[in-house]
Amino acid sequence: MKVKLWGTRGSLAAPGAETMRYGGNTACVQVRGDDGTILVLDAGTGIRRLGENLPRDTKRVDILLTHLHLDHIQGLGFFWPLETPNLEVHIWGPSSTTQDLRTRLTRYLSPPLFPVRLRDLPCKLFFHETPCDECCIGEFTVQSAMVAHPGPTVGYRIHNFAGVLAYIPDHEPALGAQKFPTQPAWTSGFALAADADLLIHDAQYTRAEYLERIGWGHSSYEQFVQFARLARVKTLVSFHHDPGHTDEMLDRLTEQAARSAAPAVKMVAGLEGAEFEI
Amino acid sequence: MAQKEIEIILTRQLASYLAMPIFIVDPQGSLVFYNEPAEAILGKRFEETGEMSQDEWVRLFAPSDGKGNAVALDRLPLAQVLANSRPANSNFWIRGMDSIARHIELFAFPLVGQTNRNLGAVAIFWETPA
Repeated sequence: MKVKLWGTRGSLAAPGAETMRYGGNTACVQVRGDDGTILVLDAGTGIRRLGENLPRDTKRVDILLTHLHLDHIQGLGFFWPLETPNLEVHIWGPSSTTQDLRTRLTRYLSPPLFPVRLRDLPCKLFFHETPCDECCIGEFTVQSAMVAHPGPTVGYRIHNFAGVLAYIPDHEPALGAQKFPTQPAWTSGFALAADADLLIHDAQYTRAEYLERIGWGHSSYEQFVQFARLARVKTLVSFHHDPGHTDEMLDRLTEQAARSAAPAVKMVAGLEGAEFEI
Repeated sequence: MAQKEIEIILTRQLASYLAMPIFIVDPQGSLVFYNEPAEAILGKRFEETGEMSQDEWVRLFAPSDGKGNAVALDRLPLAQVLANSRPANSNFWIRGMDSIARHIELFAFPLVGQTNRNLGAVAIFWETPA
């Protein structure tokens, strides 16, 4: 399983000289299987470059959305497979209590927010609502579960013969957890992340920022590491960087987090363009 | 122990911040949490009792009517909510774990999560004059 980060920024794209290394594009991760299966985790602005790197003879793409906040869907209209007749695009994501996934996405993919309507896209479009029962996509088995973040939001656990990837980009596990981080049964996202080989997880805030934003649905670096240790993950990748955090600041936060995570967990900076193999 | 659904985790979080006694059960009726105000009526801290099956908590609290007759399980609001997926309310006597009998008024409602998942039920109750 090969994993590549095409967009690591949270909330808002943040291009600029001070964010060159960690990247300015919003959430998008590519997962590729040995059999050629392609999963796209979230459709933030990073999906445009991901698309440019897909083989033109691609027959099927599965886009797994964690939720429908704009930083996770904004790139959809710029993803060429959606414009390609006969190419199968499967979009997985959460419905709300009153609207199905297609209806919710139509609110963005329609005027005045976007010139092209979802129904006018020429690809073969399929919608799958999450959370759902465990399912197979090519060589991957995918599990989804609701996690602590405002609005319907899921995380994904993806595994094949090689190992387990957990993807929880927007997550506040400390919210609602009793005595965080000590009780797995009462910790959001634990079952998704437990014993994962690679966990890509929300690390949006410093400790001071988190204290001013409790309930906004994101983690501090400290909680990000605590959650990974609780879930006994092997490698932890920081993700959903705050748009106000510069490369220099993220280097400092990464260094501190990596030190506190070791030796139980190997913490790695979530740089745009970084690749991992499980 | 399996991880609780996020809606249950957040319901517990909300309950732990509220001043009304709250009792949360899973779809099988097993107790998963009661909050601090409920501890005062049930006679013991949740930390000391922990989770328990429906049979256990019904036996423990021994709900009864004003004449001392046991209230049948299917007449208890939480059991009715789980059976019918509709709110229910009632008043009856319970015996706290401190052995004190208390009259309570209880309102229960179903917990339905995203994609219409049945997650159990929540009871809010008060000690009231008989």
